[in-house]
Amino acid sequence: MEAKDIIKPENLVYQKSRLMSDATFNFCPGCGHGVVVRTIAEVIEEMGIEHDVVGISPVGCSVFLYDFYKFDVVEAAHGRACAVATGIKRVIPEKYVFTYQGDGDLAAIGTAETMHACNRGENIVIVFINNGIYGMTGGQMAPTTLEGMKTTTCPRGRDVKTMGYPLNITPLLAQLDGVHYVTRHSVHTPANVRKLKKALRQAFENQRDKKGTSIVEVVSNCNSGWGLSPKAANDWMVENMFKKYPLGDMKVDGKIVMDMNLPR
Amino acid sequence: MAKIKGAIVVDSERCKGCELCVSTCLQQVIGMSEPVNSKGYHYAYMANPEACTGCTNCAIICPDGVISVYRTKIED
Amino acid sequence: MEKEFKLMKGNEAIAEAAIRAGADAFYGYPITPQTEVMEYLMEVDAESRTGMVVLQAESEVSAINMVYGAAATGHRVLTSSSSPGISLMSEGISYLAGAELPCLLINVSRGGPGLGTIQPSQADYFQTVKGGGHGDYKLLTLAPSSVQEMADFIAEGFDLAFKYRNPVMILSDGALGQMMEKIVLPEQRPRLAEYPDWATNGTPEGKERRFVTSLNLLPQQHEMVNIRLQEKYRAMEAEEVRYEMIDCEDAEYIIVAFGIIARIAQKSIELARAKGHKIGLFRPITLYPFPTKEITALAEENRVKGLMSVELNAGQMIEDIRLAVEGRKPVGFFGRLGGMVPSPEEIENALYKEFNL
Repeated sequence: MEAKDIIKPENLVYQKSRLMSDATFNFCPGCGHGVVVRTIAEVIEEMGIEHDVVGISPVGCSVFLYDFYKFDVVEAAHGRACAVATGIKRVIPEKYVFTYQGDGDLAAIGTAETMHACNRGENIVIVFINNGIYGMTGGQMAPTTLEGMKTTTCPRGRDVKTMGYPLNITPLLAQLDGVHYVTRHSVHTPANVRKLKKALRQAFENQRDKKGTSIVEVVSNCNSGWGLSPKAANDWMVENMFKKYPLGDMKVDGKIVMDMNLPR
Repeated sequence: MAKIKGAIVVDSERCKGCELCVSTCLQQVIGMSEPVNSKGYHYAYMANPEACTGCTNCAIICPDGVISVYRTKIED
Repeated sequence: MEKEFKLMKGNEAIAEAAIRAGADAFYGYPITPQTEVMEYLMEVDAESRTGMVVLQAESEVSAINMVYGAAATGHRVLTSSSSPGISLMSEGISYLAGAELPCLLINVSRGGPGLGTIQPSQADYFQTVKGGGHGDYKLLTLAPSSVQEMADFIAEGFDLAFKYRNPVMILSDGALGQMMEKIVLPEQRPRLAEYPDWATNGTPEGKERRFVTSLNLLPQQHEMVNIRLQEKYRAMEAEEVRYEMIDCEDAEYIIVAFGIIARIAQKSIELARAKGHKIGLFRPITLYPFPTKEITALAEENRVKGLMSVELNAGQMIEDIRLAVEGRKPVGFFGRLGGMVPSPEEIENALYKEFNL
């Protein structure tokens, strides 16, 4: 049997979500962003909520989300995604609202907005991409940049004595009473992508059930910023990023489930 | 015995040649093209179509969503 | 319907009028001298009256971005603050203008720069009408001079904001916010039942999805956006200029003043007229669009010998007056700074000194 005999509509088992537009991603080749963006669309499609969802794309590599989705998206100022989400969710509480934020956005310039939205238990989903670097502006140090890791603004490696320590923010957020669900994933293998999808589904279901804030962190690569090939970047991520940012659930059903002795 | 046969279609114009699908495919179905697309990327293609089981791993890992997967069961 | 009268503070009037204007949401952060706005909304439980959302944000930065979010969904949303808080909001205001989102902003301004004072000031004129935030944008700006206008400009401000898809600013000051006057309460109008087509509140089935952004990577595209914005501002300039003239028909000298100081200057012209001086008062109500043509026309009158800008700042609106007068007549200035408010006599004497009367 030849490929052309298999490639028939009735045999189709996977294609990108119909909620994705035809626009080409602005992401670099091999970037984890694309996988996460697609997976969110799959969850929204499978839940059948595309008419009731508003996404928020703040400044950073996330900023063009509105080009990629076929549902409503609001672009936000750098760091303000959680405030914008609050403003939206409070006036249309029956709709689904999610933010898609990078580490600079969520954990540096937008720390206050993130922290307080979580503390109020805003009934939203926060998707947090942690790749330890500022991708959009060309690879500067992020709050999550690892100790010793080189970026264009710490070219000799992050010196924690003068530049501060890598900020592991999600365990901090997990301790806020308004936060219902915190989990950390990656997208470097198909198995991990499937786990992420389940987590995203859980997060959106939490919102449906009015449980409060759900945070899905994705430890991801930035092969351009890291100066590695896509495959090598993923390997580097597994070896280095996962030590500081181990994968797994941190808070489930409002209860902290992580081992507090893990590196934080 | 029934056998699972798969095939993929790559939107070669939108493929950015990151090769993540190549290393993800356990059956080693996927190769990178000699020619490049209009953006200058070598793109993924089925170099070894007989081996494809339609497992969807390549499509799931593809950052740009350029792979569609087809699968069928063949009775021997 | 019988009119409802009430003795109210300006800040309370803003809050009550917001409920009655059918506002959907208020997001704010406490700052003197406007804190009573949110206190009042909470005290009277606005939510139980109309379902209006009232939320205290963690900062002005957050408050303005909450406004941005609610505005993107096509809801009537407002915030109020005072000078330092408005400075913090400036980035968000630029985004609102860039994304063409309607909302109502209120500045109960105080003396600056820096922490300054909590007393009334008009030193935010430039910040309000010349930008404040980055980029070529304009805020349609209403300047009330009474507690009644504080109330009346709320519904009008919302309507203008939606008419032009643009933020509207009410520029008042600490005196107007704190002083009490008897006002006629506006009638209660319903909250919005339908939202504009552009609103990102979940794409209805069968409709094109919507998105809100102020971003354009291509300069060619972004120039087109800017040209469209400028056309909108020209339309505001053509249609929305508001002003008041008192005793200008025979006036030889004209005081130009807005907001609270125009109330005081009204007394000054009474005092001067009692002494036989023909003085008039021109009060811009919209600071942007500025009543340029009207001031030019006054300056062209042969009987008019001079104009004087009176402001609670070091001289800001005077620049717009001079642009309107274009050297036809002398333009004087009198101002008090840092939260000080002049008496009618001070203004009267300043006028005599300026024009050797």
